[in-house]
Amino acid sequence: MLELRKDIFADERDDNLKEIGRGTQRQDMLGHVTGTSTYFDDHKLQGMLHLKVLRSPHAHARLRRIDTMEAERSAGVRRIIRGADVPRNLNTLLSLINFGKDDEPSLAVDKVRYKGEPIVAVVADSPREAYEAIAKVRVDYEPLPAVFDVEGALKPGAPVVNETYPKNTFVYHDVYDHQKLRFGDVERGFAEADHVLEQHYQMSPIEHAPTETNGSIAAPDTNGRYVVYTSTQALFFSLDTCAKILDVPSNTFHFIGGTVGGGFGGKVDTLTEPLAILGAMLTGRPVRYQLGREEEMQFGSPRGAERIYIKDGVMRDGRIVARKIRAYFDSGAYTRLSSYAVVKCVAHLPGPYTIPNVHGDVYCVFTNRTPATAMRGFGVTAMDFALECQMDKLAHLVGIDPMEFRILNAYRDGDMKAHRREAKNTALIECVQVAAEKAKWPLREEMRRMSSRKDGGGSRAAVSPTPLEPAPQGAAVSQQRTTYDRAPPATIQPPPPTPTPSPPRPPAPSPSHGATRFSSVFGTRRR
Amino acid sequence: MPVTVKTFANFGEAASALSSDRSARYLGGGTLVMRALNEGDVSISTVVRATDRALTRIDVASSRVTIGAGVTFARILAERELAFLHAPARSIGGPAVRNMGTVGGNLFAPSPYGDFTVALLALDATVSVQGGLGARDMPIEEFLQSRERQSGALVLAIACQRPASADAFRYRKIARIKPKGGSVITLAAHLPSSGGRISGARIALGSMAATQIRARAAERALEGRSLDDAAINAAAAVAAEGVSPTDNALGSAWYRREIVGVHLRRLLSGLE
Amino acid sequence: MTKTALQFRHNGRDVALFVDGGVNLLVALRESIGDMTPKFGCGQGGCGACSVLIDGELHLSCLTLAETVNGRAVETLDGLKDGPNLHPLQRAFMEQFAAQCGYCTPGMLMAAKALLDRNPSPSRAEVIEAISGNICRCTGYEPIINAVLAAASGGRARA
Ligand SMILES: Cc1cc2nc3c(=O)[nH]c(=O)nc-3n(C[C@H](O)[C@H](O)[C@H](O)COP(=O)(O)OP(=O)(O)OC[C@H]3O[C@@H](n4cnc5c(N)ncnc54)[C@H](O)[C@@H]3O)c2cc1C
Ligand code: FES
Ligand code: FES
Repeated sequence: MLELRKDIFADERDDNLKEIGRGTQRQDMLGHVTGTSTYFDDHKLQGMLHLKVLRSPHAHARLRRIDTMEAERSAGVRRIIRGADVPRNLNTLLSLINFGKDDEPSLAVDKVRYKGEPIVAVVADSPREAYEAIAKVRVDYEPLPAVFDVEGALKPGAPVVNETYPKNTFVYHDVYDHQKLRFGDVERGFAEADHVLEQHYQMSPIEHAPTETNGSIAAPDTNGRYVVYTSTQALFFSLDTCAKILDVPSNTFHFIGGTVGGGFGGKVDTLTEPLAILGAMLTGRPVRYQLGREEEMQFGSPRGAERIYIKDGVMRDGRIVARKIRAYFDSGAYTRLSSYAVVKCVAHLPGPYTIPNVHGDVYCVFTNRTPATAMRGFGVTAMDFALECQMDKLAHLVGIDPMEFRILNAYRDGDMKAHRREAKNTALIECVQVAAEKAKWPLREEMRRMSSRKDGGGSRAAVSPTPLEPAPQGAAVSQQRTTYDRAPPATIQPPPPTPTPSPPRPPAPSPSHGATRFSSVFGTRRR
Repeated sequence: MPVTVKTFANFGEAASALSSDRSARYLGGGTLVMRALNEGDVSISTVVRATDRALTRIDVASSRVTIGAGVTFARILAERELAFLHAPARSIGGPAVRNMGTVGGNLFAPSPYGDFTVALLALDATVSVQGGLGARDMPIEEFLQSRERQSGALVLAIACQRPASADAFRYRKIARIKPKGGSVITLAAHLPSSGGRISGARIALGSMAATQIRARAAERALEGRSLDDAAINAAAAVAAEGVSPTDNALGSAWYRREIVGVHLRRLLSGLE
Repeated sequence: MTKTALQFRHNGRDVALFVDGGVNLLVALRESIGDMTPKFGCGQGGCGACSVLIDGELHLSCLTLAETVNGRAVETLDGLKDGPNLHPLQRAFMEQFAAQCGYCTPGMLMAAKALLDRNPSPSRAEVIEAISGNICRCTGYEPIINAVLAAASGGRARA
């Protein structure tokens, strides 16, 4: 049952809560229980066509030839869509905020990089006729060696998954193959520590499995516009992504959404809208593109897998004096949102604890797996799992109660965080105290009296001397154009690759897109 | 080619329609056929149905029971005389799947499905099949071994002997999701006894090979013995003999081999 | 494409329509009749979002060949209300917070109705069994189970 503990931090707020702590009916509940809430698929349009996609059965293969002759003639087929029909067949989601290089085609052209990657779309009168046509498309694949392991992908000689990022890592600020955090000197910390514990954690990908699968219906509207009913969780983000891929102004589209049959982060990737709209553009008819459950599992992005190594130095009295973390995010074959997850992850290190020496290296790695994306706290959740497992093990190692061990190390107001920002409004100690009380977990009196507002700062606010490291050798190739995918129109794209590394510079966005800047992506917080 | 549905009032006509068309599929409850159509299986272009009441008949008048191929699990659960088959029927799907799925379709359901068939195999059922050349009864084991070649034939009914006592027939399905879930392993045992000694033991396993199979070594270990700890241990020790499970999302082949003996021991000793 | 004529009772009203060969009842209800209350979640029988009652029995409309309901009675969530009055299950779902995104709700309500029609005062275990073929990815099952139990006891109190 809900219980408000107004006694804690009572002096920090006016006690005038009117909504929190009492029940409120959801505004959409009546629609839900009467079945009248309108999801994207609940629109019946005259003359609607159905779009289905031929997907790669290989994790990595060159496409030698795609023959759609017989499929074109199949009964009920209105249009076959191939990569060459997509106006800008290369995109990365966060290009809208100037982050990352275009690396993913809507329909594969010369190569497929994961099992389930779309190759050809068929628009037909009925789903059955679309399936029959798909069965008639002939694709000549040349299977290529695939890599499924994040560390394997970083080994010299590993297959290049995505030619936009030839080293199989996302490139930050045009130079860095990973995100770093340096605070103090962990090696000195380990040398001074009474115990050093090094552990390895491996997470699996997790499918969101929303009960409603991803999908959209696009239909020609008046005055050359298109109305799009969609399951997206990110309506305007999807709209702008479609405008970019289809190379039209964003006011071409009227997106209608908002009622989403479960998302959890898995409906931000604009998976279906571009092809549905393109189908409507090419046929002049409403087109519906809805993922089946198997497609949702294989093509819809999961929460990415993470591999995490943690090495901690701890004193007998329970203080953690050094924490070193190396982690790899499995982005799958394309970036989608994993680059951002890594930034969030590094911003979360070393967890909510005051540790004088912290060292973090986190990589966004490409493999021949389904591209990963957002899911409920992505970037932080898996790392937190690893950190809290590690906290239990450390507590055990030094023989301290795990709850008390957390209270001891929790950050307090005035402490210096590893990101060189002062900790404010901290509340972990109180959370642990209340959790212990609820669980009837005995805490010593001394621990029960500790407070986030007491004994912080001072020596805990010091920034320990941090050794400098050599800068990375040379800049990574900026905006490399892959030979495998059709280049977007040259006028609005940065120049083709130069043989010598070019100096770091932001990718040039097209004027109509990318006006927003989302500062936390760049690690430069406003506050 | 769009899908054509052919509905017959008589099972004989349905059987000939089925045997004369390679792309035809018989529709029982449809839980697997419709799923295939929904997912774009274009190898099916004709769906054959039979509304013949003969296919939904249940005959429990004698010690040998006969169940039409079109009988659903919900109907078996509603039939008190078929109490010995309630555990396997209840172990299938959720309530809607039990209202729809049939005994006949279960004979063809690939792993991890086919739980009811495990029970029928332990009961030495016979399967009546109507082919192009007429009807014949065949032992279920033979039917399963030649299942691939049975497509095109229509199953009319299954029949089996009612176990002598409730204790003589046991069933256990291991699933990760309860109350609904695909089988990690399914086990059934029929243990007829005379004078306290087991005679003609049948132990059947699901999800342990390409089709449901008998655990012959375990059956032999029980033969002529009373069901004591020594006999149970002997049967459990050889439970994995002859199995060839595969890896799937519910369990690995290794895991299945490791636990088959454990679950057989629990089944035989009547533990939950 | 060959069309098949089909007649059945839909929420107490006779309907006649033509369907494509091989089409399932979910598509027939949504596209031919325009009853959008049953939802597509998988087309594999795995989620229960498409659940309807056929002659009072719970069925998955995505796995039901449309022509098999010829002459039978199909009930969907669209027919659950009595005029402007919500069914006790609908009221209980609202009060017990038994929906979040609402996509599973039509199927959950039909599975619960199938239970209460046969067994007006089920145990908790019977409720769990009755909705075991229905997946909810958002709400968590506890509020849904509580709502069904509340509707059941509410029904008893009125009776
Ligand atoms: C969500 C879900 C959960 C499930 N859970 C289980 C489970 O726990 N255990 C389990 O065993 N199964 C399970 N199944 C699988 C399936 O529902 C059952 O195996 C059921 O018994 C299949 O019967 P059916 O009548 O629906 O088959 P159908 O789909 O009608 O047919 C299946 C196959 O058998 C053939 N066939 C059917 N009847 C005949 C006949 N009389 N003669 C010749 N061929 C015939 C069909 O042509 C087809 O090839 C599940 C299915 C779903 C969708
Ligand atoms: S759509 Fe019918 S069970 Fe999922
Ligand atoms: S409320 Fe979203 S699936 Fe149940």
